Amino acid sequence: MGEALRDAWTIARKDLRLEFRSRTAILSALVFTVLVLLVLNFGRDPTAVAARDLAPGILWVTFTFAAMLALNRAFQLELENQALDGLLLAPVSATSLYWGKLIANLAFVAVVEAVGLPVFVLLFNVPVAHALLPLLGVIALATVGFVAVGTLFSAMVIRTRFAELMLPVLLLPFLIPPLIGAVQATARLLAARPVSEVSGVLRLLAAYDIVFVLLATLLFPHTVRE
Amino acid sequence: MTLLRAGRWTTLAGLALLAGLYVRALAFTPVERFQGPAQKIFYVHVPAAWTTMLAMGLVGVAGILYLLLRDRRFDRFAEASAEVGTVFAVVMLTTGPIWAKPIWGTWWTWDARLTFTLFLFLLFLGYLTLRGAVTEPDLRARYSAVLGICGLVLLPFIHLSVYLFRTLHPRPIVLQPARPALPPEMLVTLLLGVAAMLVLYTGFVMQRIALARRREMEAHDLA
Amino acid sequence: MLLRAEGLRHAFGPIRALDDISFTLAAGRTLAVFGPNGAGKTTLLRVLAGLIRPQAGSARVEGGPRAIGWIGHQSHLYGHLTVRENLAFWAELYHVPPAGRRSRVTEVLERVGLADRADQPVRVLSRGLTQRAAIGRAIVHDPRVLLLDEPFTGLDLAAAAQFRHLLAELGASGRAAVLATHNVEEGAELASDLAFQVRGRFVWSGPRSGTTAEIAAAYRRAVAGG
Repeated sequence: MGEALRDAWTIARKDLRLEFRSRTAILSALVFTVLVLLVLNFGRDPTAVAARDLAPGILWVTFTFAAMLALNRAFQLELENQALDGLLLAPVSATSLYWGKLIANLAFVAVVEAVGLPVFVLLFNVPVAHALLPLLGVIALATVGFVAVGTLFSAMVIRTRFAELMLPVLLLPFLIPPLIGAVQATARLLAARPVSEVSGVLRLLAAYDIVFVLLATLLFPHTVRE
Repeated sequence: MTLLRAGRWTTLAGLALLAGLYVRALAFTPVERFQGPAQKIFYVHVPAAWTTMLAMGLVGVAGILYLLLRDRRFDRFAEASAEVGTVFAVVMLTTGPIWAKPIWGTWWTWDARLTFTLFLFLLFLGYLTLRGAVTEPDLRARYSAVLGICGLVLLPFIHLSVYLFRTLHPRPIVLQPARPALPPEMLVTLLLGVAAMLVLYTGFVMQRIALARRREMEAHDLA
Repeated sequence: MLLRAEGLRHAFGPIRALDDISFTLAAGRTLAVFGPNGAGKTTLLRVLAGLIRPQAGSARVEGGPRAIGWIGHQSHLYGHLTVRENLAFWAELYHVPPAGRRSRVTEVLERVGLADRADQPVRVLSRGLTQRAAIGRAIVHDPRVLLLDEPFTGLDLAAAAQFRHLLAELGASGRAAVLATHNVEEGAELASDLAFQVRGRFVWSGPRSGTTAEIAAAYRRAVAGG
């Protein structure tokens, strides 16, 4: 078990070093996130709909797009560098490979979200300070949910035609529970509802995460090995 | 009797049951107090929704069995179940709005069943798209099994999400009768509906599997 | 026996890539497998490496994935990382003990003649130098068995000579190698054992004897007749 985690960490570190060395992917993701937020901000009529009503939806649409960008990179990276077989040849379990990619993807998305959230707060003028900690919790839980499933699927789509299109098509139904939960919880938190009101949703998000991380860990070996 | 023939007979039986259902629902089942005759679509829609969910569930179960036993037959079954499930979902998603528009005045209501079926439809769509995008049969079977199993596990979460979602969109009109009070005549009609849908599902799946087998044999002969 | 293959069979649809292949390989021996394109040489190597599970038969390398070094069409090198970083990553993934890792990487860099380029990113290297780096990557974890798929492609004369020298050294120190190539002249020099693979079968196999010219002629006859 220890060795598996160490191998996962080796792979994750390599991915992160690559992403931050080449910088193109992370910069594109950051620019894209800010652009989406700007467009959505200019596109609305502030007198017609209160920012607070639109805000949760906008925030989560933005984060979902960012996650998609990260997920597309994960195994594409290996293909570009002609290294996927190398990873499969090495004495590392498929589970370590999954966990390594998962950690790297989460880190990537976390960076984008860390920039996106302040930009969002600025543009939409939505106060978050009062509920910052629970909000971060919601963001973390929902993100783990879609990145866990997305990492599993991204390994499959690289061997299909139209890989970049396939990933969103496959992932969409799996985004629905975490997104609905996240938007609900975000709306309530921004409206200064007490945390107890979102505890049910938080439990749902956590359950989703646990179930799907376990399931993906179990199923991942079948996607890369016969 | 070959599978194809058996499938055709089963489908005919299903259609007969469906006809019977229509007759019974329209002529012999009491009209519901609050919603009037419009409520009767319930006897078709509810069983159809359950069958669609069953179709997805079986795709997942077949996936588990395939990964454990590596028998191609499970993959063929999963493919058939997914296609039939998609058809059921599409029928529901088209009849729902067509029926809703004249009655409620809007094409779409976030009715629990329709919403659930919509999400199921997206799941099926992804599954069939994946199958279409992988050419090698072994790889396709493996990938489909993985996706199918994930879909199966997703079902309860979708159910919970739809419930959550409905609290966001309170609908003024309810397309289902109040749960506790379901008089026996209505229950029987509902069960007849379930039987009709299940038999239809089985008939279609049998025919689809027979078709898949025939195609595989033809491809083999050509090689 | 470092390597044992028994009754290997594998087909891709109607194409038989492996048709009842059996052989053993002892320490210090180098088996050169000659065959035209499509004969199944790459499939054979991939089965030996554990990347493909054969439809019938078995292949066993003593020591498992840890003991295998692979050189093939793909470099398994990350373009944006330096040569040294690449070697360090693969060394870590193959569980080279942390204490000696650095010195091992330096030693390998010297061996393949890339000591002066160690801190350049791989993507700026020429094809020949990249191939040398790939060789370094393959041996950094000191594998007992080398699997080589057309390794001479892209090597300049100096590098090819160095590579031949390296292989001879490895053979002398008790390692085994399976070398797949359509270049009979190059392969024959290095091999202790030969096999001609045509349409998935070993139409001839045995220890090397005779001059390179004789071997080349025998191979051409085998291909024409098979």
